[in-house]
Amino acid sequence: MTATPALSVSGLSKNFGALAVAQSIDLDLVPGARMGLIGPNGAGKTTFVNLLTGMLRPDAGSISLGGEPIDRLKPEDRVRRGLARTHQINTLLNETSVCENVAIAIAERDRIAWRTLRFGPQWRACLDEAQDRLRQIGIAEVADRRVSELPYGQQRLLEIAIALALKPRVLLLDEPAAGVPSAESHVIHDVLEQLPADIAILIIEHDMDVVFRFAREITVLVQGRILTRGEPAVIAANPEVRAVYLGRSVV
Amino acid sequence: MTTLPTRSGLAELSAQGRLGLAWHALPWVLAFVVFYMAEGYLSLWTNALIMILLTLSLDLALGYAGIVTLGQAAFFGFGAYAAGLFAIHVHNDPLIGLVTATALSGLFGFVTGILILHTQGVTLLMLTLAVAGLLAEWANRAYEITGGDDGLQGVRMGPVLGLFRFDLYGKTAYLYSLAVLFVWFVVVWRIIVSPFGRSLDGIRQNPARMRAIGTPVWWRLVAIYTISAAMAGTAGALSAQTTRFVGLTTLSVLVSGTALVMLMLGGTRRIYGAFLGATVYVIVQDYAAKVNPFYWMFFIGALLMATVLFLEGGLMDLGATVRKYWRRAPVKKP
Amino acid sequence: MSSFITVLLDGLAYGMVLFIISVGLTVTMGLMRITNVAHGGFAMVGGYLAAMMIRAGVPFFPAAILASVAAGLVGGAVEMTVLRPLYRKGELAQVLLTFGLTFVFIAGLTLLFGTNSQAVPLPDYLSGSVHIGFRDYPAYRLFLIATGLVLAVFLWLVVDRSLYGAKLRAAVDNPRIARAVGINVNRLFTGTFIAGCGLAGFGGVVGAELLMLEPFYALKYLVVFLVVVVVGGLGNFKGSFVAALAIGIIDTAGKFFFPNISAYFFFSLVFVLLLWRPNGLMPAKSAA
Repeated sequence: MTATPALSVSGLSKNFGALAVAQSIDLDLVPGARMGLIGPNGAGKTTFVNLLTGMLRPDAGSISLGGEPIDRLKPEDRVRRGLARTHQINTLLNETSVCENVAIAIAERDRIAWRTLRFGPQWRACLDEAQDRLRQIGIAEVADRRVSELPYGQQRLLEIAIALALKPRVLLLDEPAAGVPSAESHVIHDVLEQLPADIAILIIEHDMDVVFRFAREITVLVQGRILTRGEPAVIAANPEVRAVYLGRSVV
Repeated sequence: MTTLPTRSGLAELSAQGRLGLAWHALPWVLAFVVFYMAEGYLSLWTNALIMILLTLSLDLALGYAGIVTLGQAAFFGFGAYAAGLFAIHVHNDPLIGLVTATALSGLFGFVTGILILHTQGVTLLMLTLAVAGLLAEWANRAYEITGGDDGLQGVRMGPVLGLFRFDLYGKTAYLYSLAVLFVWFVVVWRIIVSPFGRSLDGIRQNPARMRAIGTPVWWRLVAIYTISAAMAGTAGALSAQTTRFVGLTTLSVLVSGTALVMLMLGGTRRIYGAFLGATVYVIVQDYAAKVNPFYWMFFIGALLMATVLFLEGGLMDLGATVRKYWRRAPVKKP
Repeated sequence: MSSFITVLLDGLAYGMVLFIISVGLTVTMGLMRITNVAHGGFAMVGGYLAAMMIRAGVPFFPAAILASVAAGLVGGAVEMTVLRPLYRKGELAQVLLTFGLTFVFIAGLTLLFGTNSQAVPLPDYLSGSVHIGFRDYPAYRLFLIATGLVLAVFLWLVVDRSLYGAKLRAAVDNPRIARAVGINVNRLFTGTFIAGCGLAGFGGVVGAELLMLEPFYALKYLVVFLVVVVVGGLGNFKGSFVAALAIGIIDTAGKFFFPNISAYFFFSLVFVLLLWRPNGLMPAKSAA
């Protein structure tokens, strides 16, 4: 494929003092990609996400979104250009209703926060769209509840719904199944399966079951470097990867 | 399972139908009742209106956007001095003076906001104190301009709209302040029910979430800080115009503190909380302070502590809080 | 030259007072993450009580010690009753409650002692002056410098060398981990809070010549105490010491050399410093 990659990372490096947490990482996501990023604890997965979203400044390397360099942009400006994420730990507006959590994101996406200073039809439209999106993800029945009253699993789904509402080009899923009992992780998985096909998705996940079922390509990160990448079956069979996980069962 | 209302003031504002409308009209009807009933006390009630405006301005910055500030007096005092000096040196028309003072206070808020809103927590708190401190120091030193310790005297106002002179009984002052308050009230109302207002509510709760959906958090904070400063400036200007005097105390941390107390007493993020809190405060203070101002201060301090510990939603939530304690269920924190 | 040394000594004396009063505050803000704007109230309690006792004939030092103990006890009572419920609440609630507490201190002390400023008469041996080579210098200020140094060394020994200090540093660094390894952070904090308020009370007494004891003391000097803590870095004892001395010297120098703009000078300095380093000169993580 020769299409412009949705996300292109090259030579990305970051040191914390003497510790290299990202060493010249190259990564391309084509539109519609389903990439899994795995690695043992301390491999630098979280650092990588923080570099992508702009929470951290890289020492070297470049990141571009749809061909446009975004290295110098603030986190919120990267989001506005189409790089959305979910958080490992629920990051929601707990006092606000579920529906409004999504509607506020829609208002930001459509840039209407500034344009209107009143409770007009535009906000109504945001709420309606939010309702639709909650229905798609299967939590429409709790739309009017406060987030703090929601069970944990539904909060995880809401994280995804908010990110999707931004209509991103690239979506970073930071451990979407974290903390969800494995008996229920299929709910998350079902939602992931239904994500729009044209979004490029990078999923970071500890639950190997989820990653290997969802991703079509997997990158293995070890000590801030890319160890290998390939199709799930190839990665699962890779003795190096098995050695890294040291007896931990990979599928 | 019941749904708790989201405590954002939206519940009250979106109350539909005739009952809702009557509810919204109540404060303004009461304001006119006061006008006809409280002859001789109108200056006190004018002060109440000004304090409502100041409290409402604080509610925007602190209640909605979560900017913990002890420096609201800076804008109140700034507006007061601006209006007073404008009347003395430029023009004695009240409305032109009011608009000028409001705009200048907003500009002052914008500039200081740009500087200090990068920080948070104690650092921000201190910077808001430092802004007010700097301004108070300037007003104290610049005796030729501000009258220093003696205050700015000789503020003479022309008639409002060229028609209504400020009379001895304070009738014009009262209605003028009421009209200005109403204009700001409508602005505040529109802000808090707009997506802009919703985003401020979100920033208070979780800035990280708002950044993750692309909200330019800092600019939003600067924007609301500017609006809040302009509004506090209007309150100060009204105070200068209706009392024809500006004292150094308009800039003191006590003014910031008083606004905080009135806001907490009434209830944050409840648009009428400011009305209730400021009115109760001003009226009770009038009686208590005649006895001994320090009794009053003691009472207010204790009241503030009690409000934080037992009555988080302020007087607006009194009913709900009492019911919850009655049922011996812990009060649900927002 | 001699005026430089005089300013330096005056600044040191003032800085030591700031240090003695503020060191307790750095614990409150650093260890328990409570934004406490009521700290000046404890200094006020100490100062007012000592003034009363000295008027009643108690000698200076016993009065100072008793007043400090009383301020510490008031602190302990406050911590156990109204501050505890605040630990898990937000910053706003903390600011509001401690602000209300400040009002209570101010009004309570004024109702008891009146609106006049309170003089803390010095004993004869401190009210004279001492010849220090090139001029006579007030013995009182030398006493302040010496007291501050002794206290700083003592606190440094306690914090750096004792088991108590090790626990305290661990708790400042990471309260959660400290709890997990079995340190009773709450009791540790109550004890430290009492000590901190006692020190503040002591500072209120011995510093009364420099920070005049008047009804609005707790609000008037609030910014200065907070500046010491924030500039020094929350929870950082050495930082507070350095910051207190630096602020004392800079403020004194400002008043001496630029008397007309000294207050701007102070606030502007604070302003620039905090914008440049929002977490203080020495953020707590690196040193305790």
